[in-house]
Formats: sequence, C-alpha cells, structure tokens
Amino acid sequence: MNSEAIVKETRAYHCLECGVCTSSCPVARVNPSFSPRLLVEKALFGFGDEIVRDRDLWSCLVCGRCTSRCPSNVDYLNFIKEMRIEASKLGEKGLFSHDGVMNTIMELQLTNLQQKRTFWIADDLEVADEGECFYFVGCLPYFDLVFGEGGYCDVGLKPTERARNTVRILNKMGIKPVVSNDERCCGHDLLWNGDLEGFRRLAELNLKTIKKSGARKVICLCPEGYVTLKRDYPLYLGEQDLEVVQLYQLLADKLKEGKLNFVENGSNNPVKVTFHDPCSLGRMAEIYEEPREILSAIPGIELVEMERNRADALCCGTSGWVNCSSCSKQIQTERLKEAEATGADILLTACPKCGIHLSCAKYNSDIKIEIKDITDLIVEKMV
Amino acid sequence: MSEEFEPNIVGFACNWCSYAGADLAGTSRMKYPPNIRIIRVMCSGRVSPAFILKAFQMGADGVLVTGCHPGDCHYIAGNLKCEKTMGTTRKLIDVLGIGEERLRLEWVSASEGSKFADVVTDFTNRIRGLGPLSGKSQG
Ligand code: SF4
Ligand code: SF4
Ligand code: FES
Repeated sequence: MNSEAIVKETRAYHCLECGVCTSSCPVARVNPSFSPRLLVEKALFGFGDEIVRDRDLWSCLVCGRCTSRCPSNVDYLNFIKEMRIEASKLGEKGLFSHDGVMNTIMELQLTNLQQKRTFWIADDLEVADEGECFYFVGCLPYFDLVFGEGGYCDVGLKPTERARNTVRILNKMGIKPVVSNDERCCGHDLLWNGDLEGFRRLAELNLKTIKKSGARKVICLCPEGYVTLKRDYPLYLGEQDLEVVQLYQLLADKLKEGKLNFVENGSNNPVKVTFHDPCSLGRMAEIYEEPREILSAIPGIELVEMERNRADALCCGTSGWVNCSSCSKQIQTERLKEAEATGADILLTACPKCGIHLSCAKYNSDIKIEIKDITDLIVEKMV
Repeated sequence: MSEEFEPNIVGFACNWCSYAGADLAGTSRMKYPPNIRIIRVMCSGRVSPAFILKAFQMGADGVLVTGCHPGDCHYIAGNLKCEKTMGTTRKLIDVLGIGEERLRLEWVSASEGSKFADVVTDFTNRIRGLGPLSGKSQG
C-alpha cells in the first residue's frame, strides 16, 4: 500500500490536527520530539517517503490510546502498521532489544524444525493431543528461557508457571486442553514490526496445527495471542471456523455458572491488589470487566484501581521487543509508581510481556510492589 | 556417487586467549578441517544467545564458542558469564528443535594451538555425523 492508500484506508484524511493523539501518547509525554499528530500530517501532505525512513515510526508502542481517543476516528494503529509494512519492504526496522534474540526465535519458528516447546508440562497437568479445546500457549516457553530464572535476561520470573496455571485452571473447569509441540509464535510481533509475510506463514502453520488437533475452540491466556488469533487471522487469512476465547472471558462465565469457586477467607485483613490493564486485553479486545469480576470473587483480596485504568491505562512501555529506550523505562517507572500510590501490595498483570517489562523496570529500583499474574492468585485460591 | 556432507561451523573466539590459540594452530601449520569460520569477539562473555541462534538461522550446522580458561579471562569473569549463558542457550536451541549437541563451549588458551585444532576436528566430525541441520531458514 502506498502512503496515499494508507491515508485513505485509515481515514487519516479526517484528521483535524487537534493533537489529542499526541497529548494522549505515553511516548510523546516523555519524548516531546515524538509527535503522532505530525506523522499523520506528514502523510497527508504527501511526505510518506519520509515517514517510512523515520526512526520515530518504530517508537510507537502501538498501545492504541490515540486511536481510542481520536475525535475523527482516525485508525492510527493501522496507520502505523501499514507504514511499517512499507518501511520493512525498504529494509527498515526497529532497534531490537536483547541483541534481537526474540525476533530470531520467532523467525526460527517459520522453519520445519521440530520444537520441544511443551517441556513445561508438569505431572499433575492433564493435556491431550486431540480434542475440542486447544490451549494456545504462545511464547511462554521461550520467555522462560530468556527472561526466566537463569536466563540471559533474568528478571526473576517464571513465565511458564502461567502456562501451568492455565492448564490447572482449565483442568479444574473440566477441560483437558490440547497442547502441541507444533504450535508456533502467533505472529503478533512480526506483523506489528512490518513483516507481513512472516506473520502470514506463522498464522497458516498455527491454523494447520489447531485444525489437525480437531479443536473448534482456542483458549488464550496471552492477550496479544488472543487479539491476533481472534482479529488478525481472519483479517489476513479469511474467516476460520474457530471460536477464540480469552481465559478471563471463559472464567467470568464459569463464575456466573457457579463452576469457579474459591476458598473461604479466614482473615479479615484483605490483601490489597491493583490491576494493570494490558493494551491488548483492554483497548484492543475491550476485556475490562472480566478480570475484575474474577478478582472481586476471590475472598481476602481488595482491588484498588490506579488512577489510569481500563481504556485510560498506561502502556507497559515496550512492544514487539523493539525500541526499548529510556522512554520505555520512564513509562514503566511511572506505571509502577502509580501502582504503589494506590497502597496496593501486589500489582497484577494479565499479559506475560507486561509482567516482563514491569519486572525489568523494577529491577535496580527502590520500588517494592510485588508483581504477579492474575492466574497466580486464581490457582492459589481456587477450590 | 554420494558426496559427503560438509558442515558449516561458526566459531566464536575471544580476542585474548582463544583467537590467539587459533592463530597459533595456524602459524604452527597444524591441520584441522576448514569447515569453521571464526568470528573474533572481545570476550566469550559477549556471545549472547542471539548470536548463536542467528548463526543457525543463517545456515550454521554447529556453533563452537571458545574462551579463556576460568580464572584467565581478560575481563575477570566474562567466561563464567558465558558458561552460564551457554547453559540456557543449549536449552533454548534444544526447545527450538536445533538440538543441544550442535553447540559446544571450550576453553582454549593462547598457548593451546593443538587443543584448538583437536577441538575443531572433533566437533566438525561430530556435526558431520549429525548431518545437516534440517529446516534451515526459508529465505
Ligand atoms: S487525535 Fe485524530 S484528529 Fe486529532 S490530531 Fe490525532 S489523528 Fe488527527
Ligand atoms: S499507539 Fe500509543 S505509543 Fe503509538 S502513537 Fe498512539 S498513543 Fe503513542
Ligand atoms: S577475554 Fe577470553 S573469555 Fe573473557
């Protein structure tokens, strides 16, 4: 798509130059030279060639705050995505963090190498090779080996514990999910970093694996995986005969049906928790209330909201493992301080990546708040 | 007529010990298979999992990382960091389906030219035995 087509496709010509996007943008707040409004304007005035060469194109976190607030309904997220796709055709790319290890891991999943990604399955978990429900694990096994304990960028996490948690919870709900060594990265990061072909190929391979297992339903914990399977697979590969659900949607239903139950609380001193809405779960998927419904059903905890919550939530500061900068650290630190200001003991995340980014920023700081995943609490308290 | 498979080996050698060891093997005219391509790094501690994965992605069948003996690293403990990193990298390439036996870490000092030649010979033979890494990067 040339820049003129992108302007049309994303309704950028509706832009009023109001600057709401720039004033909503977390990057622009800490780096005043970054201006989403200016990027749109450049495209409008026919300077698309400049945008695709601009380093700033890769500074956007694709957090979606601008898109959700634009009074003119400009589809800013897709504007960035399409521009990046054009830019990568010219060989441009963002600056990869961790020497680009995550990107290479994604690209290696485009090959026919036989992965052993299910190493995390513990003895107490019930999984299947074939069945009705497919648990799409996503990159957790690789996060474990890069960011987990002993990994190259150890941020003191156990990412695959979230995968075990998910299976434990599903087993409790009577679901024995399919888990497969043939699953690939969902392709989210390749797509948003402009590698449309790589994304397509990963999507095709995943759909083949899911369908081969006989599954009609896919369950995702990772919100990015959820959005990608639910929204982008049909968008780029046509409608699929698959129901894609996010774990918290499923659990909110189970809660209403009385099938998700928690231990009675012994103490009357509740633990205060606050919840960080991931961009992909919130603004992209509009799943705001389900995690909160589950949390309020767990006895012994009290949910206190951060000032910016739900659609106003602040991004965790990095996306797609590119352009992690001093801006990212500032955004993350700001978010952690916001969480501490609520008086909460625990900051809950619902996205493994947010967990990694926020833990990284917490490292070497005097911020004390504990970071946990919602599934950690559910597994602790469910009966 | 079947041609014997000749593996591509990428070697990372630290500037202060192992690269000098490789150099010694060369200047002493010791014989070792020509399959290895050596990349000099300042310290084995600089070798990140990303380098190793990239090497495999770009067509390596085996990766050999060499550094100073423990205690001899020019930067004190870079080689110990490397040893730790290689531990998780081994796991990483195994999970990716490359196979952990395709990565090897050895300590080679500047005076160990013959050890360098032996290690390269042995590793090349092993990788030759394993055959080409299937499913190389498509494109
Ligand atoms: S918020 Fe929308 S209308 Fe306003 S400057 Fe940004 S893109 Fe243009
Ligand atoms: S998506 Fe987020 S980071 Fe990107 S321009 Fe919009 S508000 Fe800024
Ligand atoms: S300088 Fe040789 S391993 Fe560090």
